[in-house]
Amino acid sequence: MLGYIVKRTLGAIASLFIVITLIFLLLRMMPMEGYFGAEYDKLSEETRASLLAEKGLDKPILVQLVDFYKNLLKGDLGKSWIYRPNYPIVKILESKIPYSLKIGLISMAFSLVAGIPLGAMMACFKGKLGDKIGTAFIAIVEALPTAVLMLFVQLYFSSWFKLSLLFDKNRPSTWILPILSISLLSICTYAMWMRRYMIDNINMDYVKLARAKGVRSSRLMFRHIFKNAFVPMAQFLPGSVLSTIIGSIYVEHLYSIPGTGGLLIDVIQRQDNTMVQTLVLLYAAIGIIGMFLGDILMAVLDPRIRFVKKGDDR
Amino acid sequence: MAAKKWLFNRPMRRISELDAHIQEGLAREEAERMRQGGGEEPSDLTSEEIAALDPALFAFAEFDEQEAERVSYSNYSYWASTFQNFWRNKVARVLIISLLVVLLFAFLQPLFPGQHDPVTINNDPETGIQLMNLAPCAEYWFGTNAIGQDLWARVWAGTRVSVFIGLVVALSDLVVGVIIGMIWGYVRKVDKVMTEVYNIISNVPQTLILILVSYILRPGITTIILSMCVVGWMAMARFIRNQVVIFRDRDFNLASRCLGTSTLRIMVKNLLPQMVSVIMLQTALAIPGAIGDEVFLTYIGLGLPTSQASLGNLVEDGRVLMMQKELRYQLIFPAAVAAFITIAFYIIGNAFSDAADPKNHV
Repeated sequence: MLGYIVKRTLGAIASLFIVITLIFLLLRMMPMEGYFGAEYDKLSEETRASLLAEKGLDKPILVQLVDFYKNLLKGDLGKSWIYRPNYPIVKILESKIPYSLKIGLISMAFSLVAGIPLGAMMACFKGKLGDKIGTAFIAIVEALPTAVLMLFVQLYFSSWFKLSLLFDKNRPSTWILPILSISLLSICTYAMWMRRYMIDNINMDYVKLARAKGVRSSRLMFRHIFKNAFVPMAQFLPGSVLSTIIGSIYVEHLYSIPGTGGLLIDVIQRQDNTMVQTLVLLYAAIGIIGMFLGDILMAVLDPRIRFVKKGDDR
Repeated sequence: MAAKKWLFNRPMRRISELDAHIQEGLAREEAERMRQGGGEEPSDLTSEEIAALDPALFAFAEFDEQEAERVSYSNYSYWASTFQNFWRNKVARVLIISLLVVLLFAFLQPLFPGQHDPVTINNDPETGIQLMNLAPCAEYWFGTNAIGQDLWARVWAGTRVSVFIGLVVALSDLVVGVIIGMIWGYVRKVDKVMTEVYNIISNVPQTLILILVSYILRPGITTIILSMCVVGWMAMARFIRNQVVIFRDRDFNLASRCLGTSTLRIMVKNLLPQMVSVIMLQTALAIPGAIGDEVFLTYIGLGLPTSQASLGNLVEDGRVLMMQKELRYQLIFPAAVAAFITIAFYIIGNAFSDAADPKNHV
């Protein structure tokens, strides 16, 4: 177990390193115009050169990379160029993350409470009317382009329930729609996987044995099948918790929530390279750490998972 | 592909029935022998004697289906069975017909009479003022947009572009994903390296790669297709790899290899047909995925140039105006078309993959 954790940690650090380096190098390959924003045409050659020097972009790329890592270790993510010129990115993030975190955590709790039982119920009544309606609903939510779905939720729910279209941190009623929109997607995802894993488990031998022994159906469902089906779900939980820091790109932008998700769209549209770089790195790091924690959690929850010779699965 | 997998799929005969067949066959053999002259072995004819025989004594055997059925021939064909199963699903049947009609119409729409151009800005012929934000009417079926372009024509032009992007991306996922997945699963040395590479890449959210590639490459149909292709093949390759690993060392492949079948032939003839169901599902889902991604990229400002009509651009244009109730049609029409196409592909893909799974064949 310990060996596995150490190995997995090293792996995660290695991929983090590779991904950060790649992203850094890729962003340096962009055309020069990207570094100056809209004013590129108005600047003379000398101004451009001095601006580049000021940002440390005239040095060889490897020196830049080393500098970047040095600063990163010190917790300095650099300064914003265009979004808020020369303002430390760490400070910008500090002011943004709490909003995303609050909304994300509430909607995650909500979707776990709603989605997992929903999936479990659908598995219990497989093939019945309720299951069919649920499956159709999930198919529609999964298939629709997210942007379209979110737009319609915002458009119609706000007029039906007389809710505000925009977010206001002081009025709790304006929190309902963003939370609902985020939850809608994750409820469907949770319900879909829960249903699938439970149905997989229903056909297994241990369930047949338990049934033959005379275990009551309800007890079998909740004590035996539910527990086993939940293990693969647990793998995604740490990732979901962590990504609440990022927030939802669509929802935050739609409802003008001053969180990190909307920020990404903002800085992409304004071509603020350092900000894009930082946010992308943040996303990647959260993805990697989330997967890592998920694997560990799954190993802790399920004693059958051994991890010796994991890749040797032929 | 090897279409006749009849052995496993014949309906089981009851034992008594089988027994009756055997008895009948034995009796017939017996009768034959009696006719030949009471158990005497018939002597072989020499070649001259054979040549001297009268051809009128012989007649071609005619095909008798019942008789053929008796000796374990079945006209089971994998694809026929798949389509039969698929066709039995009513929802899928309705959807595929309407989807085909919609797509055919989208591509033929410019050929119909009386259609407007999707790019031309329409002016009022009397006053010369742009026909901005005209509500749907007899002339402009979906109304006009904020600068007076015909929304009906734009929606179909956008559908063409978006579906084209979807098809190209799905095709690239299919080809690249299957080839890489096959090699990845089959060649043991590659497996280790590829798995490590995959572990690193799969750690990064796919949306992020999509955003990053589009951000670096800047908008255009080619770049948007490229950025989706960069992301898309991985899931397919992973699926294929897992399937290959499952089937690679089964006995039938071992036998095939012992008989000297080339690796390429094993891959194409022995392994690929096992995965039709998975491959079809992935490919079918890639199309709505690509359309959704295009809408997403447009939304965050990395989509196609605004002059180019696409479902993403139209939805985004409509979104800007959606707070004005009388202009909401500009969002609803393109969104409805996008929704129909993605949902139809999704459900058809799932239904087809169920139908293509040999486990569900009778």
